[in-house]
Order: sequence, then C-alpha cells, then structure tokens
Amino acid sequence: MLRYVLGRALQGAFVLWAAFTVSFFVLYALPADPAKAVAGPNTNLTSEQLDAIRKQFGFDKPLLAQYFDKLGNLAHGDLGRSIQSRDSVTGLLGSQLPATLQLAAVSLILSVAVGGFIAVAACYARSRWARQILLTLPPVGVALPPFWVGLILLQLFAFHWPLLPPIGNQGWQSLVLPAITMAIPTAAVLAQLLAASLTRTLSEGYIATAHAKGAGRVRILVRHALRNAALPTLTMLGLLVGNLLAGAVIAETVFSRQGLGRVTVDAVTGQDLPVVQGLVVLGALVFVLVNLAVDLLYPMLDPRVGRVKESAAARPRLRAKVATR
Amino acid sequence: MSELTLEPAEKGRDTHPSSGTTARTRRTWYDGIRHSRSLRRPGMVVALVWLALVLLAVLMPSALTSADPLDPEPAAKLSPPSTKHLFGTDTLGRDLYSRVVHGAAASLSAAILATLLGVTVGVLLGLAAGFFRRLTDTVIMRLVDVILAVPSMLTSLALIALLGVGTVQVALAVGFAGIANCARVMRAEVLRVRESVFVEAAQASGNTLPRVLLRHVLPNSVGPVLALGALQFGVSILAVSSLSFLGYGTQPPDPEWGSLIASGRDSLDTAWWLTTLPGLVVVMTVLAGNRVAHVLRDESR
Repeated sequence: MLRYVLGRALQGAFVLWAAFTVSFFVLYALPADPAKAVAGPNTNLTSEQLDAIRKQFGFDKPLLAQYFDKLGNLAHGDLGRSIQSRDSVTGLLGSQLPATLQLAAVSLILSVAVGGFIAVAACYARSRWARQILLTLPPVGVALPPFWVGLILLQLFAFHWPLLPPIGNQGWQSLVLPAITMAIPTAAVLAQLLAASLTRTLSEGYIATAHAKGAGRVRILVRHALRNAALPTLTMLGLLVGNLLAGAVIAETVFSRQGLGRVTVDAVTGQDLPVVQGLVVLGALVFVLVNLAVDLLYPMLDPRVGRVKESAAARPRLRAKVATR
Repeated sequence: MSELTLEPAEKGRDTHPSSGTTARTRRTWYDGIRHSRSLRRPGMVVALVWLALVLLAVLMPSALTSADPLDPEPAAKLSPPSTKHLFGTDTLGRDLYSRVVHGAAASLSAAILATLLGVTVGVLLGLAAGFFRRLTDTVIMRLVDVILAVPSMLTSLALIALLGVGTVQVALAVGFAGIANCARVMRAEVLRVRESVFVEAAQASGNTLPRVLLRHVLPNSVGPVLALGALQFGVSILAVSSLSFLGYGTQPPDPEWGSLIASGRDSLDTAWWLTTLPGLVVVMTVLAGNRVAHVLRDESR
C-alpha cells in the first residue's frame, strides 16, 4: 500500500515538474526578446530601460541559468513576480483561489448531481421515449458554448425576470448562475461516461445474480451497479476539475466576478508571462492533487487494487481515457 | 466469361470486377450515397445539409445574403428580427444575419485550421510513438500526459499570451491544445494495427520503413482518428468562439461568431436577438459536426 501511494505521488511530482519545464521553455525561449513583451507592444523604451527590465526579471542571464533559478524558487513555492503589478505570483494566485474554488466546488456538486441523475434515469427509464429524450441531453450539453449559456441565463434570470443578481461576488445568489453555466458541460460529460459505464455494468453476471436473489431495483442500483459503474468515471475527475477551473475564465468574465479567471484574462491580455506560467503550474497541480486523491480513494472503493502488488496494472491508467467529448 | 459480364449489366448492377464498359455506365455516381447506411442514421441528412450551408457561407457569403455586414443603417438600429432583417440589427444598425453569414469565414477557417493542426501533428506523433515504441514512445507519451494535465483552455490562453491576438493566433493556440488527445488515440490504434499479419508481411517482404508506415499502418489506423478529427472540429469551434468572446480572436469591426455574441452583451436587456441568434448558429454547427463524428466513429468500428 505504501509503495502504491509513493509511486503515485512520485508520478504526480514528475507531471508537475514537466509542466513547469515545458511551460518555461515555451514561454521564455520562444519570444525573441522577453523584455519587449514586458514593456508592451506600444511603448518606445530606450535600450538602457530595456536593459534595466532584463536585469530586474533576470532575462540577462543564460536561459538555462534562468531555468534553474526558477526551478529552485518553485521548490520554495515562489513563482516569481507579476510583470504588471510587481506582486508575488504565488500571493496573487493564493488571494484569488478561494473565490474560484468555491464556484468550482458548487458547480462540481451540481454537475455530479445532474449528470448522475440523467445517467441513472436513462438506464432505468421504462418508456423508450423517456430514455431517448434523456440520452439526447448530454450531446446537446457539450455542444453549447458556455459563454453563450451564461449570457442567456443572465438575460432570462437577471434581466427578464430579475430573480438573481447579474454580476458580482456577493452572497449565494451571485453563485447560482455562474455555477450552472460551468456545470452544464461537466454534467454532460459525466452523464455520458456514467450512462455508458452503467449500461455495461447492468449486463454483468453479478447483477443478474443479485436480481435472482430477490434484490429490488433500488438495492441493485445502489449496492451493486452504481458502486462498480462509478469507478471508471472517478478516474476522469482530475481532468473534469481542471476543465472546471479553466471554465471559470468564461463564467467570471460573463458575470464580472473576482477570481482566478479574471486573473487569467488580465495576465493574457497584459502578456504577463510569470503569472501565465504560474496559472499553468497551478492547473497541473490541481490535476495532480485530484488524481492523487482519487488514487488514495480507489483501493477503498475497489479492494482489488490495494492488494495487488503491481498495483499500476490493476487499475485503469491515469491517462485520460476520453478527453472532452 | 461473356455471360458473366452481360448478366450484371442487364440487371443494372455492377458486381463483377471485369465487367465491360456498358455495365459501368449503368452505375450512377450517387449509388454509394443512395445505399449508404450512415445517411439513414437519424439527423445525419440534416447535419450534412447544415454543414453544406455553413460551408457555402464561408466560400460565397454573397449567395446567402445581399446585405453588407459592415454597412450601418442608423435609422434601423436595434430593430428586432423581421422579414427585412432576418436576425434583426445591432447597435449601429448593421444587419445581424449578414454579419453571421460573413462571420462564418473567420470562425470556420480558424476552427478548421486548428483541427488540421491538432490532427496532423497528433497523428504523426501517435504514429511515431506507437510504431517505434521504447524511448520514442516514452518521450512522446510523457509529453502528451503533461499537455493533458493542463486544461486545454489554459494551454490555449497561455499560447495567446505568447503569440498575441488575432484569428490565426487563436487557431494555432486551439490546434496545439488538441494535439495531445489525437496523439493518444492514434498511438492506441497503431499499437493494435502493428501486431497484425499484413504489417509483419510488409516488413518481411523488404518494404522500407516509411513505406510500411505510410502505406500499411497509417491507412488502417486512420479511421478512428478521422472520427476524432470531426469531433475535434466541434471542440475547436467552441474553443475558438470562446477565445473570441474573451476578445483574443478576430478584431472588430470584422464579424466573427464569438465576438458577435460578445458584442450583444451590452444590450442583453434590450436586444435579445444579438446574443441568442448567433449563439444558436454556433450550437447548430457544433451539433452537426458532432453528429457526423459519431456516425464516422461507429462506421470505423
């Protein structure tokens, strides 16, 4: 068990390091002159001023030296300073993370509830028509542009029927519309995965056995089918949570909320490379942490996993099976 | 032999490979379409017709609308949909339907460029990883894992911070984010194909490596990737329009679907059509693309 946990943690650390390394070389090695990117496209700085910028951000050193400096700082949780505000990137991300995490958590709960309901209802619906209608919902859900859904919700529930506040971070009411906006694509993906997995599980022999032993529909669903069918869906959680956080970029822009999404938009618009890199590393960190949590949870849900020595072989690989559909 | 060639000709069906020219002329070009199972799938015809209309809007927008997308008509500003202005007009009095039709070019070409980039590079990487195994496989797939660990939207945004704002930049950023997924699917497919006897035979009979890869492995493993490409097209449209909505895509006054929806944001409470109608066009196009993708995927199985 310990070996299993350590192995997973090491794998996560590797992904984090690789995300940092790839983003560093893509972001800092490619532009001809990062100092010009710092200064912005419209400013005419003298070469002395550009030199000063290079010195301040360490661009005057060789690329590899910069890389090892930054890697050393990352080990201390230091992601450098923002070019625009000169604030610490870690501090900036840390201060905005709670608002976005709250939004993401609410929409994750919402999407698990809705996606789970659609999948279960579709598998258990007695009429063919109800099933067909339920099964057309997820494909439509993934085809909706989230920003458009947000604007339509805003139009309907904030302007046409003024039920909820159109913008801001105040109170739970302001959370409802952005959470629905972000939940729709996630719920659709979850419903598709779970419905496919449930259909497969329900045709297994042990379901027939349970049925023959006189178990009712609800008992079969909760005790037998859902427990097994949920496992493959769980491995997708890392990817889904990551996409949920990225979806905050859209939701926070539409509903003018404070949070990481706004930080992202500001950083991209201002070509604030240290902040952008910090966001990429944070994205990878979230993916790694959620996957690690799933890995730790997995042996409890599926006792076969922990007992096997070569545990990696027993469990579906972390590599995302189906990405965004 | 002559009987064999005559018989199918009389029945109007060409089943024998050596039949004469008379038989071949009887076979019409649309036979394949007429008997195609995939066309009978629900929604497939609607999806193809819609995609054809969208393609027409890209290639010849003037065939679908006579109004100028950039010409303001101040007297008719913010007028709701009517027979004169199908989708209504915007804050400057420009015809929204015409702007949506003319905006198809920017949206679609960005999405197609992104899909092509993602699928081509993904297929090549997957081919290399699946065929050479060992170190090549490890390096490529580790890289793919890392790209998949970062949400694709964030990857695209990071690249835009680097490349700057514009239609092409958005297409490149979206395409890059799609590479990893295509590479993964292609590798799995190649791993399946490379074990088969005909690949072994092709290698044993002295074919060069590029020939084995391009003539034998690629055509036999490309089916699921094409289906994925069609799916990626829908994803690309959504990603491109999202980035345009954030203001990183085609710059105004040129129309583009995402930025059209974004510009309706300021008049949400007064002019519903400015956001709703262009959005519906995006939804329809993505749905049509995904429909085709699913049929392709089922066919390739």
